[in-house]
Amino acid sequence: MTYLSDVAALGRKDLRVELRGRDTLPAMLLFVLSALVVFHFAIPDDAGDTAAYGLLWVAIVFTALLGLARAWVPEQEHGVLEGLLLAPCDRSAIWLGKALATLAFLLASQAVALPAFVLFFEPLDMTALAGVLLADVGICAVGSLMSAMAAAGRARELLLPLLFLPLAIPLIVGGVGSAVSPDGERFLLFLLLYDAVFAVLSWASFEYVVTE
Amino acid sequence: MILGREVEKRYGRKRVLRGVDIAVAAGGFAVVTGPNGSGKTTLLRLLAGLAVPSRGDLTVEVDRSRIGYLAHEPLVYRELTASENLDLFGRLYRMPERRERIGMLLERFSLWDARNERVSTYSRGMLQRLALCRTLLHEPHLLVLDEPYSALDEDGAALLDRELEALVGVSTVVVATHDPGRLEPFASGGLALA
Repeated sequence: MTYLSDVAALGRKDLRVELRGRDTLPAMLLFVLSALVVFHFAIPDDAGDTAAYGLLWVAIVFTALLGLARAWVPEQEHGVLEGLLLAPCDRSAIWLGKALATLAFLLASQAVALPAFVLFFEPLDMTALAGVLLADVGICAVGSLMSAMAAAGRARELLLPLLFLPLAIPLIVGGVGSAVSPDGERFLLFLLLYDAVFAVLSWASFEYVVTE
Repeated sequence: MILGREVEKRYGRKRVLRGVDIAVAAGGFAVVTGPNGSGKTTLLRLLAGLAVPSRGDLTVEVDRSRIGYLAHEPLVYRELTASENLDLFGRLYRMPERRERIGMLLERFSLWDARNERVSTYSRGMLQRLALCRTLLHEPHLLVLDEPYSALDEDGAALLDRELEALVGVSTVVVATHDPGRLEPFASGGLALA
């Protein structure tokens, strides 16, 4: 229970910081909408739904990247991460709080992006939506760890895409597969497995990323 | 409480702390001095557990939850208020009566009236007072203070003098400073880094 209350306190703090600063979510919303509008005019009418779903995933991954790039900025200002590391809480709680807050921002951006996608391109069935949700979990689990890793380096803006995008490829495969394949449930299982494996790995390795 | 022999710290090929011996008994008050770049901050980070020595032995017999570390930076969130910052750290330090303790510290450091203002609007001196509140919040057994007087005005410095005086013999204190004369009345030992 103590662990969960630490996670809740840390996640709530991230939401409060974002509500006050409005640094991340407005940028994510504007980016994903702009990207979908550009894609709408960029692809020909006869390109087919497979291309449209592919572009949706390009928009989702790069919107997530935008949010992840800013995820640890509040901790870097005034060196707060060191203050958190000194606290006696389990250090993985810091990662989990951050991953949940990032997930909330990503879901908020998709609450706007997915209706816009349906408006501009194709309808999304329940399997495709489940694919988006499962991929979001994986994106935030892995992305929060990679973002912390990149934040510790000198060129975090360059480092984060290099670390995150290769690990996001299976999520894109699973997400697009769940939308276009007649056997979409298999891709959902694949995403579920990815989430479980990478969430556990990220949870277990966070402490070693942020400490010497 | 603290015992270090030939403690050395390197970042890559750069040696930032060279062969330091340190011994501070429980309840002791050690003042660390030295010119810029001599490794004072690095030594304090090692004592706080934020870094590990590259060579040598360092033993700090205090649980992580009982270390209070004042860094160059205040280690608080800019977008949160003073109360919210202290409440967050109070929760993470599992303090049962944190509201009372937070209220008392904010009063004592003259931040009560500004407790609901965002930290981003604070002056440098107010930030240092808040950082001191955060450091003292969980009643640490080991206090590691890096230039605690920086940015404090005369009132703030006098207040900190009183706080440190009250801690003599109660908590173990290690302070890095460029003004050792100010801490002479409290100090039980010193370490001069070259």
